[in-house]
Amino acid sequence: MILQRASGAVRVDVGALNQRSYRIVRLKHVGRWIGALVVVVALALLVQAFAHGQIHWATVGEFLTAGVIVRGFGNTLLISFFAMIIGVSLGTLFAIMRLSANPVTRFVAWLYVWVFRGTPVMLQLLIWFNIALVFPRLVIPGLYEARMVDVVTPFVAALLGLGINEGAYMTEVVRGGISSVDHGQTEAAKTLGMSRFQTLRRIILPQAMRLIIPVMGNSAIGMLKFSSLAAAISMGEMLNAAQQIYFINGAVIELLFVCGIWYLAGTTVLSIVQYYIEQHFGRGVAGTPAKFSFRLPFRSNTPLSGGVEESKA
Amino acid sequence: MTTIVKAINVRKSFGAHQVLRGVDFEVENGEVLCILGPSGGGKSTLLRCINHLEDLNDGVIWVDGEIIGYELKGSTLHELPPRLLRMQQREIGMVFQHFNLFPHMTALENVIEGPVTVRKEPKAQAEARGRELLTSVGLADHCGAYPVQLSGGQKQRVAIARSLAMKPKIMLFDEPTSALDPELVGEVLDVMRALAATGTTMIVVTHEIAFARDVADRVAIMVDGEIREMGPPAEVLANPKDARVRSFLSRVLS
Repeated sequence: MILQRASGAVRVDVGALNQRSYRIVRLKHVGRWIGALVVVVALALLVQAFAHGQIHWATVGEFLTAGVIVRGFGNTLLISFFAMIIGVSLGTLFAIMRLSANPVTRFVAWLYVWVFRGTPVMLQLLIWFNIALVFPRLVIPGLYEARMVDVVTPFVAALLGLGINEGAYMTEVVRGGISSVDHGQTEAAKTLGMSRFQTLRRIILPQAMRLIIPVMGNSAIGMLKFSSLAAAISMGEMLNAAQQIYFINGAVIELLFVCGIWYLAGTTVLSIVQYYIEQHFGRGVAGTPAKFSFRLPFRSNTPLSGGVEESKA
Repeated sequence: MTTIVKAINVRKSFGAHQVLRGVDFEVENGEVLCILGPSGGGKSTLLRCINHLEDLNDGVIWVDGEIIGYELKGSTLHELPPRLLRMQQREIGMVFQHFNLFPHMTALENVIEGPVTVRKEPKAQAEARGRELLTSVGLADHCGAYPVQLSGGQKQRVAIARSLAMKPKIMLFDEPTSALDPELVGEVLDVMRALAATGTTMIVVTHEIAFARDVADRVAIMVDGEIREMGPPAEVLANPKDARVRSFLSRVLS
């Protein structure tokens, strides 16, 4: 009773409970409505301000589909995509090496993460771009020989710099995912006679994916934005192209807005893709909520019965 | 009857803690051996040594013509390379206390995983046999269910079917009903009883005294890393000679 009073509940005499059934009135979330109102007003003011600000919206529209911008965005996508592939491949490989029983492979993986996570990605990009200063010629004895500057073009340097750096982060992500899978799974696979590789591919990685994918989605979105760093090594991606245009025509904000729109479009698509991949790897898990989903945040995140849905598919 | 499992002087320590202090026993082909005893007595560790989930510090375990995990050269045992160890492990079925079903696979996919991935059986053939096995454990209607949709008893029955799919020479059960709600224990024991009736060699670590009494050909009682008593259940359970075994049995039988 002391507890009840402390919790502020209203005291009711037991004799007052004279009905078997009551109508239930939901708690009114007044704060939410006030909050919504504030947000709507703030957004309206923001739109109003930008509509009357010193922005030439026609220029934004004009450059949104300009060839050089679209090609730049194409390059941005291309770099991001392949750098991500390199990153995920290296990350998976080195994560497996880091969890190996062999101390030599463990050390190599540790060294990789130490070096490439421990230095700025910008620095790594510049080093790859200038690698010809160290090794003027790329020689594979008897097979291949070329000038380094011809091999490591800005595009290749961007791929190597971003991909290898991403791989160092992915190593830690994948390692965390693998470690999170219950050890009983490995034992069960062992008693079936599965090899280490079969166990990883068939049993461990599919389960680790549930943890890896949300982080990987983050990385992919981050990569789309980080690829703008490649402008520093004269790689013709979108932001670089935009800068070159506004140096000439002076429409600075307009062109930056154009880039913003394209980046948002790209990250939105990535979020949608991530949602579906998460659904796939969430199968067999009770009540997988649609977390990190692309859905607008107005609807509540009601748990889907993931297992049931997927078993029909 | 022929011997299918023979353990000689099996010793195992974790750090300074001696879990198995020289265990010897034999199991005949088709026999059901139940291992009973107080917690921490080394029952599960012994079972895990039989399929080499744990390596040994001393002694030897022999299953159907092969030394598990090692190769005998003269008077030394050499660790087997992983490929050969796997060949041995797949001949020994194991059912775990916590089922360890693969959660991202349906019941049927769990059952055919071993045959398809390890034994390289054609998928259609493995599926047909998988359905048969699931039917034999009473789960014909649950082939497409994910583990999360099954009760504990159903999960354990899928796990038994998964082990049987590899056509093992012997089956190990590590406290198969300990993680189950009491009303679900019976369905798993019924499946095990039926399995015993088919002549499958079974080594069962369990706390179910009644099951041991009814089904086991022999029971072994482990205390402090040693088998203190071993023999037909009627004898061992009724007239234990060892004092520690008597006190253990008086606690669990009362």
